[in-house]
Amino acid sequence: MERWAYEDVLAFAQSWSVVYFSLMFLAAFAYAYWPKNRDRFHQAALIPLRDEDA
Amino acid sequence: MQADVQQAPWRFDHFFIPVVLFLGFAAALTEAARSPDAPMVAQGWIFAACMAFTGIWYMWMYAGRTPADETRTYADGVVKAGVIAAMFWGIAGMLVGVIIALQLSFPSLFYLPSEAWTNFGRLRPLHTSAVIFAFGGNVLIATSFYVVQRTCRAHLFGGSLSWFVFWGYNTFIVLAGTGYLLGISEGREYAEPEWYADIWLTIVWVCYLVTFLGTLIKRKEPHIYVANWFYLAFIATIAVLHIVNNLSMPVSLLQTQSYSLFSGVQDALTQWWYGHNAVGFFLTAGFLGIMYYFIPKRAERPVYSYRLSIIHFWSLIFIYIWAGPHHLLYTALPEWAQTLGMTFSIILWMPSWGGMINGLMTLSGAWDKLRTDPVLRMLVVSVAFYGMSTFEGPVMSVKAVNALSHYTNWTVGHVHSGALGWVGYVSFGAIYCLVPWLWKKRLYSNALVEWHFWISTLGIVLYITSMWVAGIMQGLMWRAYNDFGFLEYAFVEVVEAMHPYYIIRAVGGLMYLGGALIMVFNLWKTVRNGVPVAPAASVTPALTAEAA
Amino acid sequence: MNHGWLEKNSIFMLIGIILVIAVGGAVEIAPLFWVNGTVEKIDGMRPYTPLELKGRNIYVREGCYVCHSQQVRTLRDEVERYGHYSLAAESMYDHPFQWGSERTGPDLARVGGKYSDEWHRAHLIDPRSVVPESIMPPYRFLFTKTLDYRDVRQMLTANRMVGVPYSDAQIAAAKEDLEAQADPNSETQDDFRKRYGKAEVRDFDGEPGRITEGDALIAYMQMLGTLVDFKTYRANAPEHRR
Repeated sequence: MERWAYEDVLAFAQSWSVVYFSLMFLAAFAYAYWPKNRDRFHQAALIPLRDEDA
Repeated sequence: MQADVQQAPWRFDHFFIPVVLFLGFAAALTEAARSPDAPMVAQGWIFAACMAFTGIWYMWMYAGRTPADETRTYADGVVKAGVIAAMFWGIAGMLVGVIIALQLSFPSLFYLPSEAWTNFGRLRPLHTSAVIFAFGGNVLIATSFYVVQRTCRAHLFGGSLSWFVFWGYNTFIVLAGTGYLLGISEGREYAEPEWYADIWLTIVWVCYLVTFLGTLIKRKEPHIYVANWFYLAFIATIAVLHIVNNLSMPVSLLQTQSYSLFSGVQDALTQWWYGHNAVGFFLTAGFLGIMYYFIPKRAERPVYSYRLSIIHFWSLIFIYIWAGPHHLLYTALPEWAQTLGMTFSIILWMPSWGGMINGLMTLSGAWDKLRTDPVLRMLVVSVAFYGMSTFEGPVMSVKAVNALSHYTNWTVGHVHSGALGWVGYVSFGAIYCLVPWLWKKRLYSNALVEWHFWISTLGIVLYITSMWVAGIMQGLMWRAYNDFGFLEYAFVEVVEAMHPYYIIRAVGGLMYLGGALIMVFNLWKTVRNGVPVAPAASVTPALTAEAA
Repeated sequence: MNHGWLEKNSIFMLIGIILVIAVGGAVEIAPLFWVNGTVEKIDGMRPYTPLELKGRNIYVREGCYVCHSQQVRTLRDEVERYGHYSLAAESMYDHPFQWGSERTGPDLARVGGKYSDEWHRAHLIDPRSVVPESIMPPYRFLFTKTLDYRDVRQMLTANRMVGVPYSDAQIAAAKEDLEAQADPNSETQDDFRKRYGKAEVRDFDGEPGRITEGDALIAYMQMLGTLVDFKTYRANAPEHRR
């Protein structure tokens, strides 16, 4: 394989990685704020308060 | 019932653990008998003793009987053991910290010229490993086992495997700690244990992952509570970091020494990728797991925003992993890697403060509890320290600031505001919760918790302010020029200028240790003489009824 | 509740976590191994001699790196205090690297040749006898302990396995070379010089007839940062710009 030069890494970092980071963030954000998940998360938040000790 | 009690169903752990212990024992004896290397012989005997002890303990616990822990709803024995081990190692590690602080303050009093093992260079890894891995590690093992069972409503997976994790992990601690004193080191910070200890830790860690993941898989709750995400990320990432960073070539299988697979600049980046993520995933993600369980539980209200916790989680683990190169600014590391490290370190401020806000705001509407409950106050103050050091970190990773702060005591101060303030306090808070819950006794004295809190808070303030002043002074003196354009100070003049600050730091550390000793006394009295709590009196918050 | 799906859920989570962290590690670390110019090509670099390697082991063993850095940064005051900023190539044979993270004591990347062997000996035995303000621990035991170098050949072999270009001859003669470097009167001088060029040969600890751990450590420290000739190194040459 051809060895990369610094400029190649730079070009890659300035194009594809921006897309990648944005997609990652959007995915997490969408998951957290998806209306359908609202109730599930509400229930999940109460888990520590529901556990009764044995 | 059959007459033959041996007719119990075959269990993997009852087979696997004795085999591992036996193989470990045999390997250790071989090293002790055959190695030409005196430190390796010593390590061989130590490891063999640990294996023998664990083996005998295991037979006593499991041969021909089923311990009560396995039939109860939750396995809490191993959690109790983890709490005790954490306090033991915590005191030991802090004590070593005070000793080495005194060595730097009064070198002619605290060095023993004929005792190599008492020198700063060997005791400092002992201190860092004891507080991070021994204290912190046992806190994480204990709390993760407690939390995963409660939030999954499931007994720990793997039968006795969790006990193997506990004893195996503490064996690693003993091996590593005695190794440092014997002069065994891989020479890379926070990854000093040599190849054989690394292999042992890998085995133990995989068992930890299996136990934790197995419990998640057999859970009765439909959702995986967010604290478990953080614990899982901590366990999985530490496995990856540990294995990659410790790839090395032993001189021979009978010798302690090994040479890192990587060299120079590649080794430096691999090491700080590991080193920084030991902070990110061991000291942050793992302890955030504690925050997300113990603060809501103690405050008796759900976390401020569960959605924020999801974004907190994914962005934190995504961003942290890149931040390592900020330890290598202005070095021979290529510029692009330095820039990448600095950029991500600054972005890291966001998820860190998202988490802090989430932790603090959980208290909203219940702030009065901070006045009445010193344990909750400790937990909340830990989150405040988390916010402070995760603000300081990004600032220090800016190249212009780093030019001044790097190599100075400012770094030491920064680390300790995170270690004493965040990791220490969140651990103490969790343990103050856990001991009464586990032993079902009321905490012996709230007043002593107050004393602990205030003495150690004052200690932290002395510690970090002295190190800030010392660090900035150091950085400025190194780069000071006189009117003729020459460097103003010789290096040793800067060393001399540090003297008062080193003493203040030692006093601060001593106060923090004193607070922890008060805690040990309080916990001891709780377990021994505490008033029993009736099981029915356990906290059942009103919110549950509202939500249902 | 469908349990099959739930089980997958926690496994998915694990896979997701590993994927997320793997990307950061891979993109940041992997290029260092294959992008051109990470480590510049430079004259003068050679693997450590057996005695220096032994000294380096002691440096690692005693944890010197917790107080001393070996990395001069590209900052004016550092270059004026310690010498030319460190090049990546200068630690290319360092398994592990010893760049350090603290300067409780001064940087040692270029300490070689700055002080005499006698100064190092006195300083290591009792740091405050030569630098009264020093807070360094004493290392008297280095000069009472005879160096154990039975395993030096294996050490060179292990280093070769991780990429240090020791020749067969260097490995075969590791013991002889170690002895030759610590004794200027030995008969194998010429062979040693053939194998390690300009490496310094002398009795480093001032105690002829015995090779101590002090010999090894001083031999190592006296060569630190001396291999590259900065009179001929051109920092602005195109191959050194990254």
